Amino acid sequence: MKPISKHLAKWLAVLPLAFSLNGSLHAETVARYGISMADIPLTTGQPDRGAGAYQFTGHTLYDPLIAWEANISDRPGKLVPGLATGWKVDPKDNKKWLFTLRKGVKFHDGSEFNADAVIWNLDKVLADKSPQFDAKQSAQVRPRIPSIASYRKVNDYAVEITTKEVDALFPYQLPWFLISSPAQWEKMGKDWSQVAMHPSGTGPFKLDKLVPRERADLVKNSDYWDKKRLAKTDRIVLVPIPDAMTRVNALLNGQVDLIETPPPDVVPQLKSAGFKLVQNVTPHVWPYHFSTLPGSPWTDIRVRKAANLAIDRDAVVKLMNGLATPAVGQMDVTSPWFGKPAFKIHYDLAAARALMAQAGYNKEHPLVAKVIIAQGGTGQMLSLPMNEFIQQSLAEINIQVSFEVVELENLYLHWRSGAAADINAGKGITAINLGYVTADPFYGITRFVDSRYVAPNGVNWGGYNNPKVDALVDKIRTTFNTRTQDGLLSKVHEIMVDDALMLWVVHDVNPHALSPKVKEFVQAQHWFQDLTTLRM
Amino acid sequence: MLTYIFKRVLYAIPIALSVTVVSFILVYLAPGDPLNAIAPADAPAEVIQALKSAYGLDRPVPVQYGMWLLRAVQGDLGTSIASGRAVAGEVLSAVGNTLLLAGFAAFAGVLAGCILGALAGYHRGSWIDRAATAVSVIGVSIPHYWLGLVLTIVFSIWLGWFPAMGAGPDGSGAWMWDAAHLRYLVLPALTLSVIPMGIITRTVRALVAEMLEQEFVVALRARGLSGRAVFRHIAKNTAPTVLAVAGLQIGYLMGGSILVETVFAWPGTGYLLNTAIFQRDIPLLQGTLLVLCMFFVVLNLVVDILQPLIDPRMGRG
Repeated sequence: MKPISKHLAKWLAVLPLAFSLNGSLHAETVARYGISMADIPLTTGQPDRGAGAYQFTGHTLYDPLIAWEANISDRPGKLVPGLATGWKVDPKDNKKWLFTLRKGVKFHDGSEFNADAVIWNLDKVLADKSPQFDAKQSAQVRPRIPSIASYRKVNDYAVEITTKEVDALFPYQLPWFLISSPAQWEKMGKDWSQVAMHPSGTGPFKLDKLVPRERADLVKNSDYWDKKRLAKTDRIVLVPIPDAMTRVNALLNGQVDLIETPPPDVVPQLKSAGFKLVQNVTPHVWPYHFSTLPGSPWTDIRVRKAANLAIDRDAVVKLMNGLATPAVGQMDVTSPWFGKPAFKIHYDLAAARALMAQAGYNKEHPLVAKVIIAQGGTGQMLSLPMNEFIQQSLAEINIQVSFEVVELENLYLHWRSGAAADINAGKGITAINLGYVTADPFYGITRFVDSRYVAPNGVNWGGYNNPKVDALVDKIRTTFNTRTQDGLLSKVHEIMVDDALMLWVVHDVNPHALSPKVKEFVQAQHWFQDLTTLRM
Repeated sequence: MLTYIFKRVLYAIPIALSVTVVSFILVYLAPGDPLNAIAPADAPAEVIQALKSAYGLDRPVPVQYGMWLLRAVQGDLGTSIASGRAVAGEVLSAVGNTLLLAGFAAFAGVLAGCILGALAGYHRGSWIDRAATAVSVIGVSIPHYWLGLVLTIVFSIWLGWFPAMGAGPDGSGAWMWDAAHLRYLVLPALTLSVIPMGIITRTVRALVAEMLEQEFVVALRARGLSGRAVFRHIAKNTAPTVLAVAGLQIGYLMGGSILVETVFAWPGTGYLLNTAIFQRDIPLLQGTLLVLCMFFVVLNLVVDILQPLIDPRMGRG
C-alpha cells in the first residue's frame, strides 16, 4: 500500500501544476470577422457609421445604462438593465427619470463606474462648453437622445434625467448612449484621438490593437460584470472589407471566419462549399415613401393601395436569393407593434387595376411619377434591380415611374429636406426609396407619422398629417405601461398600413455567412448584435 | 544645364498652385453633404449647422481655400471629418502602401514590357512579334477589376497559393520583408502591372523596329560591331522615349488604383480615395488628391531633368 500511496501523493502534488499548465497552454480562440465597412467605426464611445456599427465598437467595448437584449434569436429583444439596474419615472413629475446605477463595475483601466461617470459622459455629448465635449461623438448620439433636457447626480449610484416633454419612450433612446471612462481620457492627455487608440469602457471586450482601415483586435474581458455575457471567443479580429466580392473571397480563402452581407448571387456557391448562411428578422424595411402633399399623385389613397397590391414580394425575395422577407407593413408581422391592419397587403393585380381605374387612371391616361433612388449603399439592398422590378410591376397597373438616381449620401440630403423642399418638389420628385431602420417605436413608427416631425423638423418626409395619429402618439408618450404602450403603437401601425403611407416591399434579414469553424453565432432580431455569443 | 533645371523647377510652381486650386474646388462640385460622413442620416438641422461651424464649412469657399493652402504648405492637411485622424498621417501611411505595391508592379510591368517590346521589335512580323503584340493588347484592354477577381479566384481560392486580400497577416503597419508578407503583394502587383506592361511593350516595339531601319544602325553593323554592341546603341537611343512613357505609367501606378486596391482591400491611396469619396470626407479627399497630383508634378519634373542627362540635345533646346 505504501508505494501506491507514495505514487498517489506524487501525482496529487503534480496535479495543480498540470492544471495551471493546461490553462496557460490553452490555445487562444480567434474569430476573424470580415465587416462591410471601409474603416473601423469610432472607438471612443459613440460609434459612427450607423446602427450596424454598434455591434463592432459599441456594445463590445462599452455598455449603456439600459441595454437591448441581443443574445436571443427566436423573438424580438427587449430593454434590459445595463449599467443601470433599474429606472423609474417620477410619479409627481413624469418628465423626471431616476436611474439606479450598478455597483462594483470597473472600466477596463481599473477606474470605478459611478454617477460622476454618467454625468461626465452626458456632458461629453451634450454640453459643448465642457472640456471633454467631443463634437464627433456628440453628432453620433445627440439625434438618438433628443428627449434629454437636463440631468443631475442624486448620489454616487443614482442619477436623475429630465426630459423636454413627458416621454414614455425615453428608455428606448438609452441603448444608443454608451459610457466611456473619464479616467482614461485624463490619462490620454484629454485627447480623444489618443483615447481612440486606447479606449476604455466597461464592456465584454477590450481593444487590444487598432490599425485604422485594416483591423481591430477585441480581446475578451474576463472581469466583465455580467458573467452571463462573458465572451465565448478569446479574440475577435474585425477586418473592414467594403467590397462584397472581396469579402466573399476572403471567406472562401479562409482569411476570415465570418462575413456580413454576402451578395445574393453567391449564396448558392457559399452553401455548396459548406458555408452556413445565418439570417433573421431584422428591423429594416425597403419602401417607397410617398409624398402626400398637395400636387403629389400619391395623395389618392386608392393609388397608394393599388401600388401596394401590384408587387409580387415573393418574386423580389427570389431575386434576392432568399436574403429578404416580404414586407406587408412598416414592421415585420412578428413585431409586437404590427397590430391587425384592415388593409391586407398582398399581390393582387386585378384588385390593383380596379383601384387605379376608380382613381381615373388607365392605359391611355397613366399616372406619371418620379421617384428618387440611390444607386446602392448601406440598407439599400440590390437597389437598381429591385427598383427596376418595382418599375415594371407598377407599369402593369398604369403607373409610369421614372427614376432620379443619386448616390446614397446625396439621397440623405433629399430625405432630410423633405418632399416639399425645392430639391424634391422642384424636380417633380414625389416618392423616395430609402431603407429605414425600424428598431424601436420612434425609429420604426412615430418619426414617420407625427406631424410635428414633418421635414425639415424630422423625417416625416411626405408631410403626412393625421390628427388621429398625432393624438395616439401623444398618448404613447404619456403611457408608461409597456403593454398598453405596445397596444397604442399597434394602433398607429394599423393606421399607417390602412392609409398605405408607403409602398412596402421587403425587410432585410441582415445575412451573415459563417465558415464551418464557427460553432455558434446568435443572430438577434436587431441591428445590434451580441458578439459575446460568437463561439469557435 | 543648370539653367534648364532651374527653368523646369520654375515652371512646376504655377502648375503646383493650379493643382491645389483644382484639388480644393473639385470636391465641392460633387453633390451631397460632407457632414454625412459624421452625422447620422436623420440628424436635425441644428446638429448639422453646429457641425458645419465646428469644421469651418460655413465659411466662404475662398476663405476655406486660403486657410487650407496656408496649412498645407506647412505640411498640415487638416483632420479627416470621418475618422478624426490627421489627413497627413492617413495619406502618408496610404502612400507608403501604394508605393510598395506600385514599385513592384512598375518593376514587373516595365521589365516585362521592355523585354517583350524589344523581342517583338527585333523579330518584326514573326510569331514572336504577333505573340508579344497580342499580350500587350490584352494587357491594355483587360479591365483591372475583372482581372483581379479572376486571379483571386484561380490563385487564391482554387489553388490557395496567395491571400485574397489585405497587406500582411497583421496589417500594413507590421510589414516585414519576408515570404509571409510578400505573398500579399503578388496578386495585386500582378494585376496592376499589366497595363504598363502592355503600353511599354507597344512603345518599345515601335521604337526598336524604327531604330533598326536607321542608317546609323546599318553603319554600326557595317563597321563590324557585335549584335550586343548594336543593341546597346539602340537601347540608348530608345531610352528617353521609353523613360518618358514609363515615367507617366509609374505616375499612374503611384496614384494608386481605386479598383485594384478595393478588390484586394490594399490600404493604399486608391482605397483611401474610395473611402473619402463615398463618405464625402472633404479634407481627406482634398489632401489625398493634392498629394497624388503632386506626385505627377514631381515625377514629370524628374523625368524632364533626367532626359537631357541621357540625351544632352534635349537640354540645349
